[in-house]
Amino acid sequence: MKSVEIVARSVDEAVQEGLTKLDTTMDEVDISVLEEGSKGIFGFIGSKSARVRLEHKPTIKWKTRIATEYVVKLLEHMDINADCTVKVQDEGNIALDLSGDNLGLLIGRRGQTLDALQYLISTVTNREGGEWVRVIIDIEGYRSRREETLKALAQRLAAKVRATGRRIALDPMNALERRVVHSELQGQDGIETHSEGRDPFRRVIILPKK
Amino acid sequence: MKALVEFIAKSLVDHPDEVSVTEIESDHELICQITVAEQDMGRIIGKQGRIAKAIRTVTKAAATKKGIKVQVNILE
Repeated sequence: MKSVEIVARSVDEAVQEGLTKLDTTMDEVDISVLEEGSKGIFGFIGSKSARVRLEHKPTIKWKTRIATEYVVKLLEHMDINADCTVKVQDEGNIALDLSGDNLGLLIGRRGQTLDALQYLISTVTNREGGEWVRVIIDIEGYRSRREETLKALAQRLAAKVRATGRRIALDPMNALERRVVHSELQGQDGIETHSEGRDPFRRVIILPKK
Repeated sequence: MKALVEFIAKSLVDHPDEVSVTEIESDHELICQITVAEQDMGRIIGKQGRIAKAIRTVTKAAATKKGIKVQVNILE
């Protein structure tokens, strides 16, 4: 729930009720008073209720909540049982880790399904407005393991290029994975790297330095 | 599958009330057809079809779990 409108006897009361309903604190919401309300004579004749509207600010805290709730609902609709933990929640970054049984299905071939999932979650989270945040979804450390694999692969292929003097094209990868390879091999002697082709077939090329 | 596709579609658009999903069953696969408000076409397709592709990938994963084949179409 992003916003609520509350009618109560006083503005203060309405705000308190709203905060409870949204399960949040004063600094996380924008409050607009729609009607001040008045006590009237003797407290009842001509008394008017106060009406306020509370809306979540698009803070990182709120966006993390959106992301987490969305993942859980999405997985429910997929009939998948998984726990979602927040790993990082700071300026500009949200990282969530999913754990559960048989989540291989959610990773897909070379993380394709995981990337799709992450893209949807990121889109929904960033619809809330505010600063754009990077949303990273991992499944039981898949991404960090994959990063280690990529680094090892990069080193192995770089050695091969140095030995043979011939260029090597890696398999197509997404931008994040290509960046891992580039930064792993940056500044290494005798070789250089660049990318060729268009997404989703863009790939890293390792070639001997002229 | 319908509930999943509908949930995803509604989460992405500005007019969730105008989202409708119909399922067509053929002998070898299930076809899910999404219709959204005209103004929401961009939101459901995304830059270079990235959102549409993500919807298909996620739906296919869910279908694989159930042992069925699914195709997701976005109708104009």
